[in-house]
Formats: sequence, C-alpha cells, structure tokens
Amino acid sequence: MSGDDKFDAIIIGAGPAGSACAYTLAKAGKSVLMIERGNTPGSKNVTGGRLYSYALDLLEPGLWEEAALERKVTHEQIMMLSKEQSVKIDYSNPAYNLEGQIPHSFTVLRAVFDEWLAGKAEEMGAMVACGILVDDLIEENGRIVGVKAGEDDMYADVVIAADGVNSFIAQKAGVFGDLEASTLGVGVKEIIELPAKTIEERFNLKDGEGTALLILGCTEGIHGGGFLYTNKESISLGCVFTPTEAAENGRQIHDIFQDMKMHPAILPLLEGGQTVEYGAHLVREEGFRGIPQKLYKEGLLVIGEAAGFVINVGYSIRGIDLAIVSGIAAAQAIISGKAPGPAYMEQLASLKLLPSMKAVDRYFDLLEIHRLYSTYPNIATDVFHLLFTVDGNEPPNVKKEMLKILKENNLSVWQLMKDGIRGVKSI
Amino acid sequence: MSIEKMEATELLGFNKFEVDEEEPHIVLDKEICKKCQEKPCLTVCPAVLYTLDKNGDISFDHAGCLECGTCRVMCKNKGIQKWTYPRGTFGVNFRYG
Repeated sequence: MSGDDKFDAIIIGAGPAGSACAYTLAKAGKSVLMIERGNTPGSKNVTGGRLYSYALDLLEPGLWEEAALERKVTHEQIMMLSKEQSVKIDYSNPAYNLEGQIPHSFTVLRAVFDEWLAGKAEEMGAMVACGILVDDLIEENGRIVGVKAGEDDMYADVVIAADGVNSFIAQKAGVFGDLEASTLGVGVKEIIELPAKTIEERFNLKDGEGTALLILGCTEGIHGGGFLYTNKESISLGCVFTPTEAAENGRQIHDIFQDMKMHPAILPLLEGGQTVEYGAHLVREEGFRGIPQKLYKEGLLVIGEAAGFVINVGYSIRGIDLAIVSGIAAAQAIISGKAPGPAYMEQLASLKLLPSMKAVDRYFDLLEIHRLYSTYPNIATDVFHLLFTVDGNEPPNVKKEMLKILKENNLSVWQLMKDGIRGVKSI
Repeated sequence: MSIEKMEATELLGFNKFEVDEEEPHIVLDKEICKKCQEKPCLTVCPAVLYTLDKNGDISFDHAGCLECGTCRVMCKNKGIQKWTYPRGTFGVNFRYG
C-alpha cells in the first residue's frame, strides 16, 4: 500500500460499527479504508449474542433478508437458579414476527455476521485490509490525520475508532481514559454444536425460530448473570461477571461458569452437544453515565463499543444494534460536510442512540442491588417449592412460610420493601 | 462426547490460535507479581493462563490468550509490563464468536 494515498476516511476495526460506517460512506461515494487486525472481519470478536433488526434496516432496508443471521428470536426467557432448583419465565409475542415483516431480533454469531457485513461494505466500494494491527495515530497540529501500522503510514480526512471495548485508539487520542475494572463485565462463552432438529424439539421452536434466555443466580452472588442463545446448529452459553467482585470471590470465573453449565436446569438443554469454541470478551456496563460529552477529537470519531455503546437493563442486552446505528451516525456526519465531531453528536441524538441510553440510565442503580444475583433467585425457587409441594400433609400457611423463607435468606421485610422502592425508582 | 465440566486448557483446545513465538503480546514483571498480594489474575482470566508455580510465583503463557483485556484492567500493581493486541494475523481466530 502506498503511503501517499489519502482516504476520505480510515476506519479502525471491521466489527458491525466499522462496517456500517464503511458501508454508508462508500455508498455515498467516499473513499474508505477499513483496517482489521484479525485474519478476517469478526475473527477477533465475541458476542452474547443477539441483534435487534431495526438497526440493520436503518443501514439498508431489506438487507436483513440476505444477512448472515442465525434464528429469529420468538421466545424471550428469564431463568432464576438456586443450587438445584429453577424458575423460568417465557414470553412470546407473534406480533414480533409477523409474516412479511422484519422479525424483531435475531441470534447471531459474530465471526459469521461480521464477515458478511464487511463484505457488504466492500461491495459498496470500501477497501478492507485484514491482518493489520493499527499501532498508533498520526497527529499534526492537534489534529488526527492518519494511522500508523508497522512501517506504513496511512492518511485520511477523518479517522474512525471502531476498535472495540479496549479501544486503545480512543485512549491514545485522549477521548477516553483507561477502563475502570469496576465498570466492566467479563463474559465467557462456549459454543456447543447441536443438530437444528434437536434444538427445535428441545426449545419448542419451529424451523428458523430461536430462544434468548437470560439467567440470574448462577454467579455465586457476583454482579452478573448467564445467557443462552439458540443458533441455527449450535447454542451460545455464557456468563458475565464483574471482575473486581470475581477477584474478591476467589474462585476462577471459568470454574463458576462450568458449574452453571452442569446445573440441572441447564444441562438437559445441552445434552448430546459438542463444544466447538471457548471465547471471552469484556463488556462495558456503565451505560450512559460512562460516556464522555465529546466522542470525538479533531479528525477522529469514536463509534461502537469503543464509545461505550452498550445497554444492559438486566432482562435484555443491546450492543450490536447500537454499534450499527453509531456507524451510520458517524458516516452521515462526515457526508453532511459539517464539522464531523459536533455533527456526529447531533446524529447520535437524532438517531435516538444517546436518548435511548439516557432513558434507561437508572437501571444501572437497579442492577447494583446485589441481592438480585443470589438472594432473590433463592427466594424465588423457595417460594415455588412452597407453592408446588404436595405431600399429603396439611398445607402450610403460605403467609407464615413466606416470612420464614425471607428469614432463612437473611432478608427482612423492611429490606425487601427498600429494594422494591429502589427498583421502582430505578426504572 | 457428552457435555461435562471442562478444564480451561481443554476448552482452549477447541480454539484456533496462531501463536506469535517471537513477540509475546503480554509481558509480566515477575518481581512485581511476586510482591502482589491480591493476584486477581489467578481468578479473572477466563483462559486461566495465570497460575502459581511450585515456588508460589506467577506463571503465565500468552499462547491461549482470548484477548479480552481483563487481566490488564485488573492488574493494579502494574505487574503487567506490556499489554497490546497480538501483531496482525497472530493470536486467537474465532470461527463462531
């Protein structure tokens, strides 16, 4: 590659944010270079994962029909675990998946999806260079003018940092400080292969349908939770932990996750399967309050997870959709011809990304209630045990037994009410 | 094979790695690690690449690194001297992700 080439934009990272940005810019006739450190786009990426479809439709209406997606999510489930018992809630709504309309959300595998999306950007005319690690930014008179990768210097009017959660580029530019461990989750995940037919039978799904399951009470009380997503011919099973609390807990997170896999409510879902991959990824958990006022510097925009665009409200987690929207926002800011930085912030507002994050900001306080991760799942299974047990004896007084359950779980009625009030206030 | 509890080494065996033998992307200062009381890396590394050897010193192998960055943000005493992503084409290659 010649060092004299100057692009309209250089994008660092070919994840969904980078590719959505490259796609939109290239479609508008801009010259775009997207640099990816993995051998192929997506080969360094890990997700839970699910993609909310509206974002893909925002990028290009109808694009979802040919997208490399797994299953449309038709069942939303929440499960609470105690040592051996479990309670599961299942929600389904046909209106999310009406014939002829774009389904509400899909499960995805990132190595597959990211490669496809980067390919679409390439089709639009973006140049994608893989296997190259960007080492540094080139700055001239306080303005970012390009990137350094090994011996190569590459120049552009604007550089876009789409380099994911650790975003060294945004840190180098001074847009972000270093990550604070207490504001992160570390996720671990196994991909377990199973035949499509087995998945459909086991999860009560029709062809192409899928389940998204979130799990509470599997982290030994550590702030975090588990997840299970059904893919076409595999299951993504994982668990997220706040690393600072995991360190205090003292047991390896890998080990706690393996125990979750063997829980009597989880294992039957996986039986007969074969593990084919083990991945890990950091997740930004702070939401809106962790994002700086300015996600740019002269000549540089920060998008996707590098910008902290993750929404975790406990019952659903969003990241890939926000990444795509932020990529579109950055591209539109550049296309507008205005000063890219401020125009990008305007686009993030008008595409409802920042307002969405702001609207659920207080969930962060709700998720800080530690009893969510152990006490409440235990109480839930104890209560169901009480209600469903028939043994020929005189049934117990439910009210009295409920109070006993609270006491056994070291929770006072007063504390329960306080958490309730805090919960209501948070949402 | 049925689903069972697996050691991290076994799980990493399912992954595809291109190990950079010449230039490790994570380098420790073992003298600092020796003095570190907390040693959070032993618990939080998803790949369990940090272990204690017979002398009670930290032993580390960059070969099975999943490149998540958890050890870097948890290492408060700066025992991790260097943490970068592996050079282009090296490191883990997720086929599913």
